[in-house]
Amino acid sequence: MKLTLKIWRQKNAQDKGRMVTYPIDGIDGDMSFLEMLDVLNDGLVSRGEEPVVFDHDCREGICGSCSLQINGEPHGPDRLITTCQLHMRKFSDGDTIVIEPFRAKAFPVIKDLMVDRSAFDRIQQAGGFISVNTSGNTIDANAIPIPKNDADHAFNAAACIGCGACVAACKNASAMLFTSAKVSQYALLPQGRVEATQRVLNMVAQMDEEGFGNCTNTGACEIECPKGISLENIARLNRELLSAQLKG
Amino acid sequence: MSLLSSSVMRKFAMALSGLFLVVFLAQHFVINITSVIAPDVFNQWSHFMGTNGLVQGILQPVLIFGVVFHFIMGFVLEIQNRRARAVRYVQYKGGASASWASRNMIISGAVIMAFLGLHFYDFWWPEIMHKYIESHPENPTRYYAETVHKFENPVRVGLYATAFILLALHLWHGFASSFQSVGFNNKYAQGLKGFTKFYAVLIPLGFLFIALYHHLNPIAH
Amino acid sequence: MSLDSKIPQGPIAEKWTKHKTLIDLVNPANKRNIDVIVVGTGLAGGSTAASLAELGYNVKTFCYQDSPRRAHSIAAQGGINAAKNYQGDGDSTYRLFYDTIKGGDYRSREANVHRLAEVSGNIIDQCVAQGVPFAREYGGLLDNRSFGGVQVSRTFYAKGQTGQQLLLGAYSAMNRQINRGKIKPYNRHEMLDLVIVDGKARGIIARNLVTGELERHSAHAVVIASGGYGNVFFLSTNAMGSNVTAAWKIHKKGAYFANPCYTQIHPTCIPVSGDHQSKLTLMSESLRNDGRIWVPAKLEDAQAIREGRLKPTQIKEEDRDYFLERRYPSFGNLVPRDVASRAAKERCDAGHGVNKTGEAVYLDFGSAIMRYGKEKAIMQHLHDASDEKIRELGEAVVEAKYGNLFQMYEKIVDQNPYKTPMMIYPAVHYTMGGVWVDYNLMTTIPGCYAAGEANFSDHGANRLGASALMQGLADGYFVLPYTIGDYLADDIRTGAISTDSPEFDAAEKQVQETIDKLLANKGSKPVDHFHKRLGKIMWNKCGMSRNEKELKEAIAEIKALREEFWRDVRVPGSAHELNQELEKAMRVADFLELGELFAKDALHRNESCGGHFREEYQTQDGEALRDDENFMYVAAWEYKGAPEDAVLHKEPLAYENIQVKTRSYK
Repeated sequence: MKLTLKIWRQKNAQDKGRMVTYPIDGIDGDMSFLEMLDVLNDGLVSRGEEPVVFDHDCREGICGSCSLQINGEPHGPDRLITTCQLHMRKFSDGDTIVIEPFRAKAFPVIKDLMVDRSAFDRIQQAGGFISVNTSGNTIDANAIPIPKNDADHAFNAAACIGCGACVAACKNASAMLFTSAKVSQYALLPQGRVEATQRVLNMVAQMDEEGFGNCTNTGACEIECPKGISLENIARLNRELLSAQLKG
Repeated sequence: MSLLSSSVMRKFAMALSGLFLVVFLAQHFVINITSVIAPDVFNQWSHFMGTNGLVQGILQPVLIFGVVFHFIMGFVLEIQNRRARAVRYVQYKGGASASWASRNMIISGAVIMAFLGLHFYDFWWPEIMHKYIESHPENPTRYYAETVHKFENPVRVGLYATAFILLALHLWHGFASSFQSVGFNNKYAQGLKGFTKFYAVLIPLGFLFIALYHHLNPIAH
Repeated sequence: MSLDSKIPQGPIAEKWTKHKTLIDLVNPANKRNIDVIVVGTGLAGGSTAASLAELGYNVKTFCYQDSPRRAHSIAAQGGINAAKNYQGDGDSTYRLFYDTIKGGDYRSREANVHRLAEVSGNIIDQCVAQGVPFAREYGGLLDNRSFGGVQVSRTFYAKGQTGQQLLLGAYSAMNRQINRGKIKPYNRHEMLDLVIVDGKARGIIARNLVTGELERHSAHAVVIASGGYGNVFFLSTNAMGSNVTAAWKIHKKGAYFANPCYTQIHPTCIPVSGDHQSKLTLMSESLRNDGRIWVPAKLEDAQAIREGRLKPTQIKEEDRDYFLERRYPSFGNLVPRDVASRAAKERCDAGHGVNKTGEAVYLDFGSAIMRYGKEKAIMQHLHDASDEKIRELGEAVVEAKYGNLFQMYEKIVDQNPYKTPMMIYPAVHYTMGGVWVDYNLMTTIPGCYAAGEANFSDHGANRLGASALMQGLADGYFVLPYTIGDYLADDIRTGAISTDSPEFDAAEKQVQETIDKLLANKGSKPVDHFHKRLGKIMWNKCGMSRNEKELKEAIAEIKALREEFWRDVRVPGSAHELNQELEKAMRVADFLELGELFAKDALHRNESCGGHFREEYQTQDGEALRDDENFMYVAAWEYKGAPEDAVLHKEPLAYENIQVKTRSYK
């Protein structure tokens, strides 16, 4: 396969950045998208040029490192997968592929396609935990039965990999799907109810402080989320926040 | 206003004001449709709305506040949202994951706002002039003829029709969205969503029908 | 230095309890004046950092990822073992202890393994309290599955994402401490050397991967929890960034490296599709519960399949060789990982492989689908259901059990595994070897600890499924918080360690020189070129089966490759910026040294045990032949300037609570 890549190059956070066009040849349909970029980088290094920088690690869709806005969509055109699971057979010979970093004020570009997503970490530090000591003596794991349905819903929310596709897809660069998934996981479990009020207030305050946009319920985040995190979580966050505000 | 310091609470306020306006639309529509079915009833109800102290003194200011709040808040949120993505994408395929209506509430909203300007100029301001400034005596039968007369001009009908279409788009996303914003998303939400879509089409279509009806059936002078 | 494993006296079941009560403690006011560095933020590092910070120590964490949550523990699928006996099927601390020792082929330390089994139950309590959403039954209690051929159901799981959920639990505990200011996270930082002052580990040199700046960080103790070194094979199920650098740097500073040749090769991975391949994807071992593994019995059929002239579904039942069922009638497709992997390789080497590269075998759900379909048909009273109907019903059952795995397979391979058999091949998955530690998890450098996959301690020569997560969390939540205090009790009057010392100067200078050398090299080939070649040598000569001749060749080839690397590698860019090629180059440089020690260790171990199979040491029918008389010891290697000069130290293993037997799965 022969392709034309248009890739965002930006030397560092201060640089203005620009799109650069790279022709590439010999791409096989069985390659993953990131392996295609490996081929590009191999060529660049061999010619003495600087390779394209992008985040990636596990390459099996679970670590949440890889990002990339591909042809205008986070993680590319395929659904329920991350960029590392996207395969080149989804493209055709002669295609032009536009590759950009995830864009949000709260995700500043570090270099080329790599962005700083530490805002997500700070949201979780604000309240994404249950205050129990790790090596203390806790009650037996089966002491509190939890309805299977609640446990399953908590799991579905907890499956979020923190990749930031929700922010990248949202026209407002809102982080509500991410934040709501975290809030929901704990809100659905009895262990998490104890601190529920303070948790949701703190996490939403931190989310706002990071400079993410407002949620306008377009639903783009849910469609683009590689883990299929549901909009129900956002509704739950709204309920949780409302009741927390009322409790003061 | 400290309640509105959180983005989620702003969204909640936006939803409440929106729901209030949806209810108002229904009421407005019910009165208007009588102009097609029973002009006498239309005159009666219009006279009541125009002269009742509770409606004029309390509900009318609340409504105006609701409209202004919804409008200003909409623009504030839009500005914040634009700031949240300082550098735009070179290529952004918003249509792949969200409807046009949901992504362009600011456009449909702005058109509706412009329409409201025209609508106030057409009906509200003349009423105020008539009642409070020029202080004409009460005439409970004037409303029907005045209304029909307004729809003689095809340009006005065209502008109204455009606004109704955008109103439909605005409601198509906004009505359902307001339930999500207040946290209502359970097993009944799917059915409710169906109702909101039905409403979003029915009400603007009804208004459009009324405008066209009067345009096509003018009162002979 | 002689090896002292510091195993406490007394009966095995009381060792840990007694040890905990006898060791020194640090009082809370003094903990505030003590700093600890934790390198790596996976299950072991994350849990260590959170626990130490809760106790009151000042913790600094380091990870090369952009967030602690992305450490590769996140990719573990199957589950975590714990001797809870919730199912009432006869599980106990002793049975978990016994299974782990046996599964490790009698090459692990009894006292450590028993402690692991003792604390396993508390890990589950702890994780549930933290909000980890484990799978539950309809009654609201925790569900268990069986795993890895043991006879009880003791594996707790969260769908196929148990590692993710446990890591997010540890990360949430870290977040609570970051919020309190007790943990300072240094993300996108890579440890490049250990600093030793007066014989004790007192800090590290780390590179800020964003700015390229070298930073000095001091502490009273350093914990290495940087994971395994499977990426020495280039292709493995490890993350792209997983590396041996932190462990190797402490090895070069005096920490012994134990049993480097013990590697776990997992049988059910998606095969390599071509030269561009960058990593391998694991398919959960649970698939072997229902899938039957086979290759075409006739060589000409295998060749026709490789050339695309024949489809697997066209091969008649009698022309299929279900080789695991044939060789191991009692365990069949459920033999342990090492046995299943070697059997697949043996068939492919004999020319029966089924994909383009000839390195794949079939994992066939055809008979499971029909079996489940018939059961369903009976339950639905469909007495004369057609084959299609039965197949449809069966596919629905299989989808409910393995739907997400089948979908993942289809995304990668572009074949529908419901209609055509899956192709699988073994891949490097886990390394049992690692930094040698004593009972307290301290390395041979005072004040330097190793936890999780980075140490060697609990799995012997082969790890059981669902035990890696257990060990990582046991080390971090329940072992280090005690044992590290015993060491730090002597440090309450030390005060802050200055980074302005000749030792820090020297360490930083050495790192700087290495970086400068790589950047100034201006060779002709990118780093990956050398990494891939190293991987080929390792896979072909130090992989699933090894022999003296090839190991000797491997040693020579790795040495030559290392020299070529330093002569001809090309690293573009500069040191003072984000430079991913430079990061890779530093890691590969260490793999090129470790690889040689790996081969040397494999060469010296003249026996077959667990993940180490020497062709010279096998029974007549191809089973592993252990030599307990001469090799029942931990091989701990001391660095002496080059891998070839490494000196072997032996820690003899004594089994007082278990009878040593030969593993048999026939």
